[in-house]
Amino acid sequence: MSEVVWTTLRLAGLTTVLLLTIATPLAWWLARRRVWWKEIVAAVTTLPIILPPSVLGFYLLIAIAPQSPLMALLHPFGIRTLAFTFEGLVIGSMVYSLPFAVQPIRGAFEAMGRRPMEVAATLRASPLDAFFTVALPLSRRGFVTAAILVFAHTIGEFGVVLMIGGGIPGKTEVISVRIYQLVESLQYGEAHRLAAGVVVFSFLALLGLLLVDRRTDEAVR
Amino acid sequence: MNGVEGRFAGALGAFRLDAEFALAPQGITALSGPSGSGKTSLLRCIAGLAHLDGHLTVAGEVWQGARVFLPPHRRMVGVVFQEASLLPHLSVRGNLLYGARRARSKAEIGFDDTVELLGLAPLIARSTANLSGGERQRVALGRALLTQPRLLLMDEPLSSLDAASKAEILPYLERLHRALAIPALYISHDASEIDRLADHVLVMNNGRIEAPSRRAPDPGRPGLDGLSGAERDRLALAALRAGLTPDA
Repeated sequence: MSEVVWTTLRLAGLTTVLLLTIATPLAWWLARRRVWWKEIVAAVTTLPIILPPSVLGFYLLIAIAPQSPLMALLHPFGIRTLAFTFEGLVIGSMVYSLPFAVQPIRGAFEAMGRRPMEVAATLRASPLDAFFTVALPLSRRGFVTAAILVFAHTIGEFGVVLMIGGGIPGKTEVISVRIYQLVESLQYGEAHRLAAGVVVFSFLALLGLLLVDRRTDEAVR
Repeated sequence: MNGVEGRFAGALGAFRLDAEFALAPQGITALSGPSGSGKTSLLRCIAGLAHLDGHLTVAGEVWQGARVFLPPHRRMVGVVFQEASLLPHLSVRGNLLYGARRARSKAEIGFDDTVELLGLAPLIARSTANLSGGERQRVALGRALLTQPRLLLMDEPLSSLDAASKAEILPYLERLHRALAIPALYISHDASEIDRLADHVLVMNNGRIEAPSRRAPDPGRPGLDGLSGAERDRLALAALRAGLTPDA
């Protein structure tokens, strides 16, 4: 029981940290650049929202299977496959939650406008300096929103983790998969405890999100 | 050559800019002209925020040339935008120090002197959120000065202020004018502001500099084309007060 909770939290935490790191430059590019194929990239990154998790899980499984060209690149490092591993699960969760990271951050960058970065440049800040000292602090609300959404969404995912993780206890079994298995085997008491925990957690996450929204609204006058 | 000398030519959307200008090594030059004549575009080119063909030399340093284009953060320029554009996540002190800490030359314009010159002492510890419009522009001006600029650019810094805030900030600008040892370009189409602050006037029309750098024009002389009705009235009134007969 505590093992499955730990696996879930570790997965959600790792996914959140890695995904925010990757999503930030992507969101910046989407918010700033004006190229005609920009919205194609935006559509691809948003695709996981509307794709059925089984479709996503199917393609991910093929991508991390031993025969895939992607895995062939990792063979020299002694990695044959990432299917049914925790690492594979992290990669899958990152793809699955990508839009939940990119959208709020892109929105925050766009809402900021160009002026603050221009001001920073006329105050001698190099583009990278200005990004860290002006763009990031001014967009922190977008980052907090993205972090909460990704974390909660990863805890809530089911189809993808079942397909590429397989629900191996201690390795790839997460709360949502465990609940499914408990219900299958008619262990309702245990299922209740886990399910109620997820409801309470999800409520707190959403409450936190709304409070962050209010607080930053007041801070920015 | 100690002053500023430059030329920019090219298209910005449907608008064509072709402006050649020179500024004396010291003193405020007003850049006047009807709205849409390209004043702000010219200022953005000088700051490096826009890139058109041309050349620009400031205090002997080439900021733009045939194969040179210094990005804005490498230009020793101070910019005051039309809206103060203070960084909202920093306090007044944080805003003043943001540029000061990154200045690449030694501090000729001191922090305490700037605070004193612009009367910023009571504001220094405050957040930028509840400053008045005039206070915000004073902070923006101080922030620009503390970057130790070789050229100060001001884009209608008073135009978004009400009459009371304008009256409050103008004496500070006049003090700055007396203390300033660098050239400054001051965009405005308010004749009374220009009269109080400028040593020279450039008039811009349709993307071109029309009148060469010279002393502020006498009120009531030709050259009123770019002025609004209200500005003409004010000029006529000033002329009457000065005992001149209006002939325009």
